[in-house]
Amino acid sequence: MLRSAAFSAIRRASSVRLSAAAKNAVYQAARGMASAASGDTVTFEFCDKTFEGYNIDIPSRSLTLTKEEAISMYREMQMVRRLEMAADSSYKHKLIRGFCHLCTGQEAVPVGLESAIVKEDAVITAYRCHGFTYMRGASPFGILAELMGRKEGVSKGKGGSMHMYARNFYGGNGIVGAQVPLGAGIAFAQKYNNEKTCTFALYGDGAANQGQVFEAYNMAKLWDLPVIFVCENNKYGMGTAAGRAAANTDYYTRGQYIPGLRVNGMDVLAVRQAAAYAREYAINGNGPMVLEMKTYRYGGHSMSDPGTTYRTREEIQHMRSTSDPITGYKHRLLEAGVLSEEDLKAIDKEAKKIIDEALAKAKAVPEPEAHELWDDVYAKGTEVPYLRGRVPEETHYYNVD
Amino acid sequence: MPLCIALSTLARSRKTIVARLFATRLNIARLDIVRNRRLYSSASMAENDSVEPIRGLDLGVAHSRLLLRTVASVRASEELRLAGVADGETRKMNMCQAINDAMRHALATDETSVVFGEDVAFGGVFRCSVGLADDFGRERIFNTPLTEQGIAGFAIGMATMGHTAIAEIQFADYIFPAFDQIVNEAAKFRYRSGNQFNVGGLTIRTPCAAVGHGGLYHSQSPEAFFAHVPGLKVLMPRSPIQAKGLLLAAIRDRNPTIVFEPKVLYRSTVEQVPIDDFELPLSKAEILKPGSDVTVVGYGSQIYALENAIQMIERDMPGVTCELIDLRTILPYDADTVAASVSKTGRLVVAHEAPRIQGFAAELAAEIQERCFLRLESPIQRVCGLFIPHPLVYERFYMPCAVRTYEAIKNSLNY
Repeated sequence: MLRSAAFSAIRRASSVRLSAAAKNAVYQAARGMASAASGDTVTFEFCDKTFEGYNIDIPSRSLTLTKEEAISMYREMQMVRRLEMAADSSYKHKLIRGFCHLCTGQEAVPVGLESAIVKEDAVITAYRCHGFTYMRGASPFGILAELMGRKEGVSKGKGGSMHMYARNFYGGNGIVGAQVPLGAGIAFAQKYNNEKTCTFALYGDGAANQGQVFEAYNMAKLWDLPVIFVCENNKYGMGTAAGRAAANTDYYTRGQYIPGLRVNGMDVLAVRQAAAYAREYAINGNGPMVLEMKTYRYGGHSMSDPGTTYRTREEIQHMRSTSDPITGYKHRLLEAGVLSEEDLKAIDKEAKKIIDEALAKAKAVPEPEAHELWDDVYAKGTEVPYLRGRVPEETHYYNVD
Repeated sequence: MPLCIALSTLARSRKTIVARLFATRLNIARLDIVRNRRLYSSASMAENDSVEPIRGLDLGVAHSRLLLRTVASVRASEELRLAGVADGETRKMNMCQAINDAMRHALATDETSVVFGEDVAFGGVFRCSVGLADDFGRERIFNTPLTEQGIAGFAIGMATMGHTAIAEIQFADYIFPAFDQIVNEAAKFRYRSGNQFNVGGLTIRTPCAAVGHGGLYHSQSPEAFFAHVPGLKVLMPRSPIQAKGLLLAAIRDRNPTIVFEPKVLYRSTVEQVPIDDFELPLSKAEILKPGSDVTVVGYGSQIYALENAIQMIERDMPGVTCELIDLRTILPYDADTVAASVSKTGRLVVAHEAPRIQGFAAELAAEIQERCFLRLESPIQRVCGLFIPHPLVYERFYMPCAVRTYEAIKNSLNY
């Protein structure tokens, strides 16, 4: 009953065509923020519902950024969205093989996270990794080439959509939840090296139910490792609504002995504030924290999932029109007077141009050379003696002087 | 002939032979130790370098000629000479102590190396890591929760940072929760990242194989599961010297490596182990005894059953000589040495403790029949564990023991 009531409310809301001004009002109501710019900086305020703490105080409700930082976050979100749109169209043009998971709708998480941390911090995530790969420093060209399995892709075309890497970005991992204990191990090495750095280990609401997530929680708290567990709760683990898979959908409380924070993951500023807060907590020897980013994916789980069989089109439309991270942030920038409509349009246009160029360039790159098929299975010089080809002439001998 | 009698007795009167085999060997007090892994105590496994009888199993280790028990035999070892330690100082150690010694060298020479696993800070259930926490600190030698998948993932994470992770899975039987991490994360890391990342610093040590009273979950030999995975290295040493040299090589090898340690050998094998730091080559089989009529291949504790079988064959069939090969590395394995031997002898018997179907012997047999087809004088024989869960009772019937190996070698020779 509750469910149907909620859905009818959603339908009602989305059936109304909102004017631009009304939309702005909706965003403001949802975020309840005020913004003020002065000189080179701009200050944003968060509404009451932005953060929810579990055994810890919530971060400050006010965030001051330089205008440049504020603009950069908008540009990066636009880049990530354009990148995913390019991936989407390339997949539909059959240029991408295998699986492809897009983060359209969730852009605020990679962008907000990266804006709060330093390059020496580590990030590891699951297979919805394009946005993080880009934010960690890979070029759109490298990512698109990797998606298409091309030679100059970020993993030499050998990893594809799910396995992309960058400096201090430990991938793109294919098995649900498997990256979470790795995050604990990475954090251990950071602590062991006495580095003032931490690791962000991301996973979805579906992976949150994997046993090894709790094994990692336990080790992380036991040894107070500087690891932030980030649950990107996009409400559906593949095609199953979170509430049908988890006994407790308050993912930020599921660390039990680890403090947690629920964050409006559709608000890039909130993500930034929370990530900075958690980072500060972790690098000062307080141990791990669990962040739950409440977010939403517009597309299906992967390209083979239309994403509309387990949720209504109205629900998706409603999220797009009231909670979109890019549109929402655009309104905040406009309201604060950081940028004009024209400035924003110029950024959008520039992002599209960069991605279009990267896509064209990626399409032109050849596939990896044949030896990549058998290279890198073992460290060079320690391989199996040979790999048999289809015919004897094709047999590859490793270690031939 | 006593062996034939034993076999026919087996068929005729199981009760009699069971009584005969088990009466003198089962030590009920010891059974309690393994029945519950948490009951292991340091007192029951006290440091002791004397040769203890193997309860319920008679691999013939006590009288093996393969062990380098004297300093002279160390001096005469060609391989130890190549490793640069044949002339150095030695100390009498059992396999457990040799492994401890290897980890000491690894910890002393690589400050990123750490040792962790269930109960390892206290020395581990088999006492392999005893004293390491005192000498290298609790930051480097630490206990983990009972969380095998977590241990493996955690170790892989550390190794991606270029650190050296020496993880212990308390028994090879418990490695299966970690199977996903090892197969899907560790083995593929280098490949899927186009060589930007690797987990070369990862080594997993785990005690395996029958011990005479281990039952279903303290006796398995799961090497074949891992021998199917490109990107991994899999080893199984047979003696203290081998364990030290191969473990150090595994730790320093730039690939994720699993070292299966036959737990029955921890205390039953004793050698004069060179005290210096040395490595033995990976992916290199060792010809333990040259021969011209049949090649017998195994690894780990099985080697001693094979040695005994060969002795009996050579006694009963005068003029016949058998070549015994220890494969040592199961992946990537040294097919060349085996193929060269089979090209000479024309016959091959492969043995391992794990069940026969899809076991590693099948891979070796297939490879050798392809390479040596025209040289083979008889079908390749496999002597393996029965295709049943590792049994708590009647373990001796499960084991590919000297008697069964004797029979297989004889079949091969008389074909």
